[in-house]
Amino acid sequence: MANLFEVSNITLRFGGVVSLSNVSLYQKRGEILAVIGPNGAGKTSLFNSLTGVYQPQEGSITFNPKEGEPISIIGKKPHVISHTGVARTFQASRMFNALTTFENVKIGAESHKGIGAIGAILRGPATRKDEKYSDARTWDLLDFVGLRAKANYIASSLSYGERRRLEIARGLATNPEVLLLDEPAAGTNPSEKLELTDLIRKVRDQMGVSILLIEHDMKLVMSLAERLYVLNFGSVIAEGTPDEIRANQNVVDAYLGTTTAEGAN
Amino acid sequence: MHGFLSYLNAHFHALRLEFWGLFIGGIGSGIIYAMVAIGYTMVYGVLRLINFAHSEIFMTGAFAGYFTLNYLIGSSSPTGFSSILLIIVGILAGGITGSFFAVVLERVAYRPLRIRKAPKIAYLISAIGASYFLLNLAAKEFGRIGRGIAQPYQNHTVFTIFGAPVEMYNIIIFVAAGIMLIIVDRLVSKTKLGRSIRSVAQDSETASLMGVDIDRTIAMTFVIGGFLGGAAGFLYALNVGVLYSMGFTPALKAFTAAVLGGIGNLRGAVIGGLILGVTESFTVVFFSGAYTDVVAFAILVLVLMFRPTGILGELIGRSA
Repeated sequence: MANLFEVSNITLRFGGVVSLSNVSLYQKRGEILAVIGPNGAGKTSLFNSLTGVYQPQEGSITFNPKEGEPISIIGKKPHVISHTGVARTFQASRMFNALTTFENVKIGAESHKGIGAIGAILRGPATRKDEKYSDARTWDLLDFVGLRAKANYIASSLSYGERRRLEIARGLATNPEVLLLDEPAAGTNPSEKLELTDLIRKVRDQMGVSILLIEHDMKLVMSLAERLYVLNFGSVIAEGTPDEIRANQNVVDAYLGTTTAEGAN
Repeated sequence: MHGFLSYLNAHFHALRLEFWGLFIGGIGSGIIYAMVAIGYTMVYGVLRLINFAHSEIFMTGAFAGYFTLNYLIGSSSPTGFSSILLIIVGILAGGITGSFFAVVLERVAYRPLRIRKAPKIAYLISAIGASYFLLNLAAKEFGRIGRGIAQPYQNHTVFTIFGAPVEMYNIIIFVAAGIMLIIVDRLVSKTKLGRSIRSVAQDSETASLMGVDIDRTIAMTFVIGGFLGGAAGFLYALNVGVLYSMGFTPALKAFTAAVLGGIGNLRGAVIGGLILGVTESFTVVFFSGAYTDVVAFAILVLVLMFRPTGILGELIGRSA
């Protein structure tokens, strides 16, 4: 069976600055994959390329959904990619702060296929059925992440750990095959970190959603990821299981700052 | 001192006599400002842009209603059920035309800039250009003279409140505008389209990653704002007729109302519109008709000095 994601030789430039240089990687279906690397290594650029926010100038990104033809990601708009089954969360929590917890998740749960004003006013049977389905799905997801009791809270009143869980619920609401998590543990305390690790594993095990993770917290990454890529200066410098990565000299150099010229291209 | 007291006394006496009449008149113009203000505030919410061509949307709606009613009514004088039907047809003609021009405006004047990530000042110039284009097109096509609209109803005093007459025109405006404002409020606070609009207003990038089609949502925002603006133009024209430049002053007042209530806030726009309308109306008693605009803008400046974000002062996401 084809890999879920197939990224080959993408290069992303902003003017003269090369953010990603000839990056290739793949993700297997059902895998918890992590991308690590120092600040500015290109991790978030990679995420933005996978979700259509940035358009790499070279290379290709292919997403293979469970059903249907493989999809070429580059050149598609973010909302179209979202419909194909790719969801993400953000490094800095980006909730719709003025909406309730429930509404935040419901936005993702709605199909957005027909958002006509007339249908919304007349509320025909199709609209009502749609509405009922997205309500039910929203409640399920709030249960799943343990936020049912906070459904009617304004999102900005949630704690940091709760917001992280809400973001995961919102991402899952779009019914994705893969969930991209951008530093999900940033700013959380140790007990929240443990909860989050469990939740992420639960997303994969119970919902069958593959996970692609960017994270600075080594302990979390090493305990969660099944395979890792290491980025440095926009290039992949290592790939392997957590144990292999721990033993890799390139990685140690990149992180300790005693880097040789390797990886700098 | 005595002179001043008797001055006040005389004016308060006049106010007592005319209070309800002025109040009803004020609410009538205020509700029109409110409808137009919603168009400003919603577009500001999703684009952070003041759509200065909205005054011309108002005008196109008024002309559409004018032509439709003059065609349908001719020289007859409708009453009863046909009056109601004609008013609904006029509102639809004005609203749909307003929506149409608003969407075209978005396509031609704003979307190209948005795709190229132009600076905000470019939108402003584009808006002013589109506004002048529509204004002069209307002047050329329809002439530079005002025209009266065929009346779809017989205006008469229906009942009185504390001696103040409530005319058919007042009732039409209150009912029609009230229904439309309630529908829009429900639409934005309770429906999928409303959630899309609010999510785009708060963070369009995240919204698009949640599967919200931003282009479509922005276009729908113009559809709703354009409908209210065009329908308001028609309701306004029922009272004063049509003229190519008729949109300028009411739209400026509506913009003031939107800022007064808190730009980006739907209910704020309604409150701002009503406050402005009623204030203007009472100004006539205390000062004179010539001062209405002065007082309106003085109030705006005062409110903004003490509450720079306007009366309700939150963004569109919170408004529902």
